[in-house]
Amino acid sequence: MARKLPRKDVVIVGLGWTGSILAYELAKQGLDVVAIERGPWRDTATDFPPGYAQDELRYGVRLDLFLRPQQETLTVRNNMTQTALPIRRFSGFLPGNGVGGAGVHWNGQTWRFLPSDFNLRSHLEERYGADKIPADMTIQDWPVTYDELEPYYDRFEKLAGISGKAGNLNGVKQAGGNPFEGWRSSEYPTPPLKQNYGSALFAEAATKLGYKPFPRPSGNISEAYTNPLGVTMGQCTYCGFCERFGCGNYAKASPQVCVLPALMRLPNFSVQTESEVTRVNLDSTGKRATGVTYVDTSGEEWEQPADIVLVCAFSLFNVRLMLLSGIGKPYDPVTGKGVVGRNYAYQTTSGVSMILKDKALNSFIATGSGGMMIDEFNGDNFDHKDLGFFGGGYMGSGQTGARPITTMPVPKGTPKWGAQWKKAAAETYNSGYGISTHGSSYSYRDCYLDLDPTYKDHLGRPLMRMTFDFKDNEIKMSQFLTDRLAEIAKALDPVEMTASPRKGPWNSTIYQTTHNTGGTVMGADPETSVVNRYCQSWDVSNVFVPGGASVFPQNHGYNPTGTVGALAYWTADAIKNRYLKNPGPLV
Amino acid sequence: MMNRSLLAAVVFGSLTSSALAQDPQSFDRVERGRYLSILGDCAGCHTAPGGASFAGGLALDTPFGKLVAPNITPDRETGIGNMTDDEFVATLHEGRGHNGRRLYPAMPYPAYTKMSEDDVRSMRAYFKTLQPVRNEVVSNQLPFPLNIRLAMVFWNWLNFTPGRFQPNPQKSAAWNRGAYIVEGPAHCGTCHTPKTLLGGDKTAMPLVGGTLQGWFAPDITTDTRKGIGAWSKEDLAQYLKTGVNSFTLASGPMSEAITHSTSQMNDEDIAAIATYLKDSGVGGNSAKPTPIAASDNAMRAGAAIYKDNCAACHRDSGTGDTGLFPKLAGSALVQSDDPTTLAHVVLSGTRAVSTVGAPTAPAMPAFDWRLNDAQVAAVLTYIRNSWGNAAAAVPAGAVADQRASLTKTP
Repeated sequence: MARKLPRKDVVIVGLGWTGSILAYELAKQGLDVVAIERGPWRDTATDFPPGYAQDELRYGVRLDLFLRPQQETLTVRNNMTQTALPIRRFSGFLPGNGVGGAGVHWNGQTWRFLPSDFNLRSHLEERYGADKIPADMTIQDWPVTYDELEPYYDRFEKLAGISGKAGNLNGVKQAGGNPFEGWRSSEYPTPPLKQNYGSALFAEAATKLGYKPFPRPSGNISEAYTNPLGVTMGQCTYCGFCERFGCGNYAKASPQVCVLPALMRLPNFSVQTESEVTRVNLDSTGKRATGVTYVDTSGEEWEQPADIVLVCAFSLFNVRLMLLSGIGKPYDPVTGKGVVGRNYAYQTTSGVSMILKDKALNSFIATGSGGMMIDEFNGDNFDHKDLGFFGGGYMGSGQTGARPITTMPVPKGTPKWGAQWKKAAAETYNSGYGISTHGSSYSYRDCYLDLDPTYKDHLGRPLMRMTFDFKDNEIKMSQFLTDRLAEIAKALDPVEMTASPRKGPWNSTIYQTTHNTGGTVMGADPETSVVNRYCQSWDVSNVFVPGGASVFPQNHGYNPTGTVGALAYWTADAIKNRYLKNPGPLV
Repeated sequence: MMNRSLLAAVVFGSLTSSALAQDPQSFDRVERGRYLSILGDCAGCHTAPGGASFAGGLALDTPFGKLVAPNITPDRETGIGNMTDDEFVATLHEGRGHNGRRLYPAMPYPAYTKMSEDDVRSMRAYFKTLQPVRNEVVSNQLPFPLNIRLAMVFWNWLNFTPGRFQPNPQKSAAWNRGAYIVEGPAHCGTCHTPKTLLGGDKTAMPLVGGTLQGWFAPDITTDTRKGIGAWSKEDLAQYLKTGVNSFTLASGPMSEAITHSTSQMNDEDIAAIATYLKDSGVGGNSAKPTPIAASDNAMRAGAAIYKDNCAACHRDSGTGDTGLFPKLAGSALVQSDDPTTLAHVVLSGTRAVSTVGAPTAPAMPAFDWRLNDAQVAAVLTYIRNSWGNAAAAVPAGAVADQRASLTKTP
């Protein structure tokens, strides 16, 4: 029997980017807020001191900051005819663990989606005809427009100190920035990062081919910056230890660096760490949440009553919590009815690896979101009329470091070990070079999430089952993007070059990205979405899923965090300015 | 020239004192007492971390032994509920508490004696309004014979001059207000004035810096090299209000003073303190020694250690980042005669204070596990003699001593 705690105004499940932003906004509003976090407390000063933060074996290989499968895992399969099996070692994607969530271990690549991404289906129907969209492709318009979200993108970027160069200020194109981006109301808070040699070479080659390269918008920031919460960030040192690592220099935007110092000072906020929320509790009508139940590390069960429940875990675990709590109708791919688990999508990445002639690239001087990119082949920035696919992505020199255990390029045909391998590794380390594409992943009727019929977690609850594969559309898209990237690579005159477009089937044992999206998608129609345009549950109006990537109706050709942050602020405003004045359904 | 009694009134903020005197528990008087308890940083010692406000319990490690700040809530048995108003005044002005019992000067009565009686009675009025908290504190944990309180008669005779603050009519009202706060309630000299062997103030050297509890409280005279001479009034005010300015960040015992006291002072009082400290009449321009040559062995080793361990944050140029990583180049603390704080910070690390104005609270990591005494000494010698800095080399023995004492009381 759960022990009942005193009531709070707001209980937040998970203290990552969305949880910390919502906590700060609502606690500043005077509400009594508690966050329940499954993983440990993590803090820059004590957990990531620069003296040992750059430990590749501990963090990069043994994955110290990530979720352990024994805490929670999921079963995976490529299609509905297969039997899903549990992931016993996370490798294809890596869910974070602990305070800060994915905001701790990310690379810092901070993009906005294109204006036409937000009305994807109607845009494509209008430009190419409804019959051109594959029948099983379940893409849909977002219930918000780019124009509505713009101020919230801006707020998140200012919170995180993002470094970059605007390409479109209030509709006026700006030299040096991304000419394809949506309008921005202000310049990036900090100037672009310095580029390493490889990125400079890429930009030169891309320019020669007629493209317009620009610095990737970055959460690893170029100079010291104090954000609107009064928190100070430091300058990136280009150490090349971002993805999978915490940043000890206060230079990579994260909840710990950007929000927690201000949030933890608020007396009406508290956090309960190492406590896993097992369900959102509903009253007898099933229309109202009464709070959450969680289990601490000693196995003791607690009930935290609250007036508002914010589901702010990692996207996949938001979906599972909604399924386990019975909020919203589970999706059935056979009938196409139901919504929770629908429109799971991923990201379609690919790369070209090269060895350059007589070049000392010093790629270890790097940062997780540095690099020069081009955006000519993203979204609908290019004509898809005769291409046989929709979607696209950005591409560029996204080398994020050259950490010695996992970065050891050798020429083709080199033995896998021994003296020859050592010789080749030493010779090639400084001239090996990888560039990549980062493509969209549209949603399909039979790519979805549900509860596994067989496997259970340590608390006896069913694991979530993921059914996903790359579809023809995405494979053609990746081939097209990779071909364009290879053309730029050729212009660099490499000694050797390997282009690797994404091929099916999806393989959960090869790391690609942790951009898992959908499952509790936002939409204008309760028949095809779990939450409304304010990220509020259609079924239980005091439950919100404030902008985790689980609300994306499909995934676009950019990294998700910028949009996740924008939606967090968007939802916070909806709660503050609408819900609190008149609790109930906002749509 | 300002009329002297008017000046005094401005300094003590006591224009309405006659009205206040009529009602010892008037709202205005209690509120003034509350603010004075902030100026006096009473909570800094009398509130234990995580404990009830003013219920005592913070242990002070003095060179003579341990003293625990008593419970000053109005609880009759364990607090000061039985103390008369006159006894309260005598406590602050004379170091004699309930029933005439002698206090140890860990309670800074040698500074509080400068406070006006009206201010002391206002504080008394405020403390009376607190919720009584039952919390038995054994204050006197000194070893024999120091635990005999009567010894303080002798100590006071040597070290204690009772008497109220005397304004200087040659100076502005702001200067006098600042001087009153610094010398009286804020008791800055309790840490920043060096102590005699008996723990009394070296009165000839006020505010030139003192060593206590494993930290060196820096020189806050107007000396441009060792003190705050290079800081503007605005720099000082920003530091006191937020704990951070373009030179440095507060940590160690000063972060307690900033948390409980200076960050909560009103802007006029902070400006007054800055006015006084920038014109305190103490501190000259100490001669700059010749920096140790870069070719010196310790300097060469220190440069390499600095590059590997320090430069990522403090930069090759020693400039750091404002609000995050203190500037080492030109830092008075880095060049101070006493390297206690430097060794402390490198060995144990430290964390900056978090305030409303500067919530970040960045940290310096501990290096005791990866640098030995000679290496710490070398890197300190290097930072004390680079980028225009100049100061004596730090001997490895000083680091060893600090390491040993930190092991005993981290």
